[in-house]
Amino acid sequence: MVLIHHLLVQSVQMALIVALAPLLTGFVRKVKARLLRRRGASVFQPYRDLARLLRKEAVVAENASWLFRVAPYLIFAATWVAAAVIPTFATGLIFSWTVDLIAIIGLLGSARFFLALAGMDVGTSFGGIGASREMLIATLAEPAMLLIIFALALIAGSTQLSTIAAFMTYPQVGLRVSLAVALIAIIMVAIAENARIPIDNPATHLELTMVHEAMVLEYSGRHLAMIELAAMLKLLLYLSMIVCIFVPWNLNGPDAGYAAYFAGFASYLVKLIVGGALLALFETATAKMRVFRVPQFLGAALMLGLLATLLRFVSRSF
Amino acid sequence: MNASSLIAFDAFAAVLAIPIAAAALLALMPGYKATARINVAASLLTFAAALSLFVTERPAPGQYLLIDDLNIVFIVLNTFVGFTTSLFSASYIAHELETGRLTPANLRFYHAMYQVMMFGMNLAFVSNNIGLMWVAVELATLTTVLMVGIYRTHEALEAAWKYFILGSVGIAFALFGTILIYLAAQPVIGEGYDAMVWTLLVERAAAFDPALLNVAFIFLLLGYGTKVGLAPLHAWLPDAHAEGPTPISAVLSGLLLNVALYAVLRFKILLAANPEAISPGPLMMTMGLTSLIFAAFMLYRRRDIKRMFAYSSIEHMGIIVFAFGLGGPLANFAGLLHMVMHSLTKSAIFFAVGHIAQIKGTQRLSAIRGLTETHPALGWGLVIGVAAIAGLPPMGVFMSEFLLVSSTFARQPLLAVPLVFGLLVAFGALLLRLTGVAFGQPRGSRQPAEASYLPMYSHLLLVLIAGIYLPPPLVAWFQHIANLLR
Amino acid sequence: MQGPVYFDIAHMLAGGLVLVSMMMLYQDRLYALLNVFALHSLLLTLSVAWQAFIQGAPHLYVTAAIALVFKVVVIPVALHHMIRKLGIHREIETVVGIGATMLAGIGLVALSIVVMLRVTPEADPLTREDLAFALSVLLLGLLIMVTRRNAVSQVVGFMSLENGLVLAAAGAKGMPLVVEISVAFSILIAFIVIGVFLFRIRERFDTVDVRALDDVRGRRRK
Repeated sequence: MVLIHHLLVQSVQMALIVALAPLLTGFVRKVKARLLRRRGASVFQPYRDLARLLRKEAVVAENASWLFRVAPYLIFAATWVAAAVIPTFATGLIFSWTVDLIAIIGLLGSARFFLALAGMDVGTSFGGIGASREMLIATLAEPAMLLIIFALALIAGSTQLSTIAAFMTYPQVGLRVSLAVALIAIIMVAIAENARIPIDNPATHLELTMVHEAMVLEYSGRHLAMIELAAMLKLLLYLSMIVCIFVPWNLNGPDAGYAAYFAGFASYLVKLIVGGALLALFETATAKMRVFRVPQFLGAALMLGLLATLLRFVSRSF
Repeated sequence: MNASSLIAFDAFAAVLAIPIAAAALLALMPGYKATARINVAASLLTFAAALSLFVTERPAPGQYLLIDDLNIVFIVLNTFVGFTTSLFSASYIAHELETGRLTPANLRFYHAMYQVMMFGMNLAFVSNNIGLMWVAVELATLTTVLMVGIYRTHEALEAAWKYFILGSVGIAFALFGTILIYLAAQPVIGEGYDAMVWTLLVERAAAFDPALLNVAFIFLLLGYGTKVGLAPLHAWLPDAHAEGPTPISAVLSGLLLNVALYAVLRFKILLAANPEAISPGPLMMTMGLTSLIFAAFMLYRRRDIKRMFAYSSIEHMGIIVFAFGLGGPLANFAGLLHMVMHSLTKSAIFFAVGHIAQIKGTQRLSAIRGLTETHPALGWGLVIGVAAIAGLPPMGVFMSEFLLVSSTFARQPLLAVPLVFGLLVAFGALLLRLTGVAFGQPRGSRQPAEASYLPMYSHLLLVLIAGIYLPPPLVAWFQHIANLLR
Repeated sequence: MQGPVYFDIAHMLAGGLVLVSMMMLYQDRLYALLNVFALHSLLLTLSVAWQAFIQGAPHLYVTAAIALVFKVVVIPVALHHMIRKLGIHREIETVVGIGATMLAGIGLVALSIVVMLRVTPEADPLTREDLAFALSVLLLGLLIMVTRRNAVSQVVGFMSLENGLVLAAAGAKGMPLVVEISVAFSILIAFIVIGVFLFRIRERFDTVDVRALDDVRGRRRK
C-alpha cells in the first residue's frame, strides 16, 4: 500500500512536470513580451506549437543516419528522468533514492551528448557550429555545476536532493555566504545550460549567434517536438532544482496527506511564477554577450563554486 | 591625558609644532621669495628643539607621545639632516627657479610640503600609539609622493605613481598588522586606547597570543619594509629617487627610510618581549641580505647617477636591517651606527650629485666625467662621499661595517660569507663608477657651480670624525640603546 | 549582542564584500567596475553600521557614514565624470587573463582564510570571520591593482583594498576612534593625491593608461 502510494506520488510528479514545462516557457515568453510592451502570445501557445509539430510530418535529411531519428527520443527520455526526481511538491520521491544530484548532471550530460551528435550527423555547417559551441559551453558549465554540487554536499552532508532540501529547512543553517555564492553560481550555470539570454538567445535564428537553435535546425515534426519539450523540461528542471535547494519551504515528506500535497503544489506554483518572472526580467535587462565572452562567464561560475566551497570553512566555527 | 601633563611636553611639542606652524605659514604667505629662508629657519629651530631634548627632563610616556633613549637619536639625526638639507635645498631650488623647471607657485608648495614631511617624520618618532605612528608614517610618505611628482614630466609622474601604488600596498599591510597587534593586546589590556599604547604593549607583551603576534609582525615587516625599500618591495625607490628634486632624494634616503626602519624596530622590540613568538631575527636577516646582494649587483648596470645611489641606499638599508636582525649588543650597535653614518653620507652624496646634475644638465653617468678637474670642490666631495659609502677606512661607515662583519663572524659565520660578498660587490661597483665620474676626461659644461658646500662638508666631516674617534658618552648611549633593542 | 541572527547578518555582509571583490576582478569595463565598486562600498557601509549596532559602538556609525558619503556616492560619481571627460576607452586591459586572475583570487581567499582562522582560535567568532574576510578583500584589492594597467582601475583597486582595512578595523572590538578617523582621513588624502595625479596626467597625456607611461620611459632608455 505504501509502495503504491509512493508510486502514485512519483507518477503524479512525472506527469506534472511534463504538463507544466510548456506552461513555464509560455509564461516566461509572455512576461518578456509584456516587459517589452508587446502583447505577446498566450501562455498556452507552447502547447499549441507542440501539438502542431506532433501532427506534422517529420522530414529527415537524405544523408541522416539512424542516430538522427533516435536522438530526439533519447534526449527527451534522459531529461524527463532527470526532472522526475527533483522534489517539486514532495520530497523523498521513490525514484530519487536511485538518482542523486551527480546522476542528474550525468543524465543531462548524456542528453546533451546526443543532441550534439545529432547536430553533426547531417553534416550541415550550422549543425557543426552549434555542436561545437554547445560543447564549449558544456566543458565549462559541467565542472562548474559539479563544484557547486560539491559545495552543497559539503554543507548539507549529502548529494541527495531530498536530504539537502530537508537540511536547508533546519534553523541552524541560517544565512551563509557560501550558500549565497553557490546560489549565484548555480543561476549562472542554469542560464548557460538553458541557452538563456546572455549566453544564447532562445528566440533567435541569426546564424552568427545561435547555439542551441543551430543544432536543431534540421529537425521537424515530432522529432522537433521532442527536442523542444526536452528543452522546456530542462528549464523547469533547473528552476525546480534551485527552488528546491534554496527555498525548500512547504515541501512534504513522502507520507504526507493530500491536503499537505496540495499546499506544497500551490507553493511550488508560486515559486515557479516568481522564478519565471525573475528570469524574464533578467533576460530583458541584459544584452547577449559575444560567444568568446562565454568562457569567461562560465569560468566565473566555476570560480564561484570554488569560492563557495572555500567560504564554507569560515563559518564552521559558529 | 590632562592639561598639566601637556605642558611638560614643551621641547617635544616644539619639535612637532614648529614644522606644522612653518608649513601653515609657508602655505598661506603671499609671495615666494622668502620661502626658502623660512624653510631653513624653521628647520634650524626644530633642530635646536630636538637638541634640547637631551637636556630637558623627560615626561612620562603618555597615551600618544613618548620620548625615550631610542627615539632621541632618531629625532636629532632627523632634524639635523633636515636642517642641512634645507640649506642645500635653498641653493638648489633657486637654480631650478632660474632654469624654469619650477614655478614660484611650485616653490611655495614645495617648501610647505617639506615642513609637513618633517612634521610627519617627527611625529612618527615621538608617537607612543601604534595607530598614530602609522598615520604619521603615511603622512610623511604622501607628502613625499607629491614632491617626487613635482616636475610633472613623464618620468616624474610615473615614478610618483609607482611610489604611490607600492606605498599604498605598504600602507595597507602596515595597518592590517597594526590592527592585528591591537587584537592580540585587546584580551590582555582591554578594549580602547590603552591597547594601542606602545609602552603598555611592551610591558604586557608576554601574555599576548604568540600566533597572532607572528602574523602581525609579518604584515608589519612587509608593510613598513616596503617603505624601507627592502627587496623585493623596493621597486618604487630608484624611480622616486631619480625623478624627484635632489633634496627630496637626500631626505628620502637619509631620513624617510629611517622612519620606516624605526617602526620596524619598535615592533621588533615588542615581539622580542614575548618569549613564545617567533624570533623576528631570521626574517629580517633574510630580507636584509637579499636586499644587500640584489642591490649590489644592480649597481653595476646603472646609467643614471641618482638611480645608482638609490640602489646604494637599498644596499645599505639591507645591511642595517641585517644588523638589527642579527641582534645582540654588538650587532645592534653596529646597525645603529651604520644607520647614522649612512644618513649623513648618503645625504652628502646627494647634495654633491644635485649640484653636479644641475651644472651638467643631465643625470646620465656617461655624460659626467672628470669632475675633480672641472669642479674640484664638488668632485672631491663626491670622491670622499663615495669612498665613505663604499666602506673605505677611515670613514665612519667602515667602522660600522667592520663591527658588523666581525660580529657576524663570531656568531653566524655562515652568514658572514654572503654579507662580505655583497659588500665587496657593491664596493667594486661604486669605485668603478667613481673613477669615471671623478677622474676621466672632462665632459659637459664647465661653468662654475653656485653651490653651498657647507652641508656636504659638514656631513662628511662628521662621518670622518666618527670613523676616527667616537666620544665615550655617545658610545655609552648607543650601547644602552643596543641593549634595549636586544 | 550575540545570537545567530546577529552573527548571520554580519557574516552575510562581510562575505558579500568578498564576493563583490571577486566581481570586481571579473569586470572588464570601467563603468561597470565603478558601479561594482559603489556596491562594494555600500556593503561595507552596511557591514560597519551593523558592527556598530552589535558592538554598541556609536563612533562606528561615523565611519559608516563616511564610507557612504565618500565611497558610495562622491568618488564613483567623480570618477564617472572623469572617465567621461577624458574619453578613456572603456575596456580595461588586464595583464593576465580574467580566468587566471580569478583563480589567483580564489587562492588568495583560501590563503587568508587559512591564515586568519589558524591564528585566532580564541577570538570571538565574529571577529575571526571578519578578519578572514577583511584580509581576503585586502588581498583581492591588491590583485586588482597588480593585474590592471589602467590608472583608474588601479585607484579603484586601492580603494577596495581600503574597504578591507575598514572592515578589519570595524571588526576589531573597541578599536579606538583614532584609527577610524585616520582611515577615513587617509582615504581622503589618498583621494586628493589621486585627483592631483589624474589631473596632472591629463595635463600631460591623453590617456590614463599606465602602460603609456612605461612606453615613454622605454623609449628614453633605449
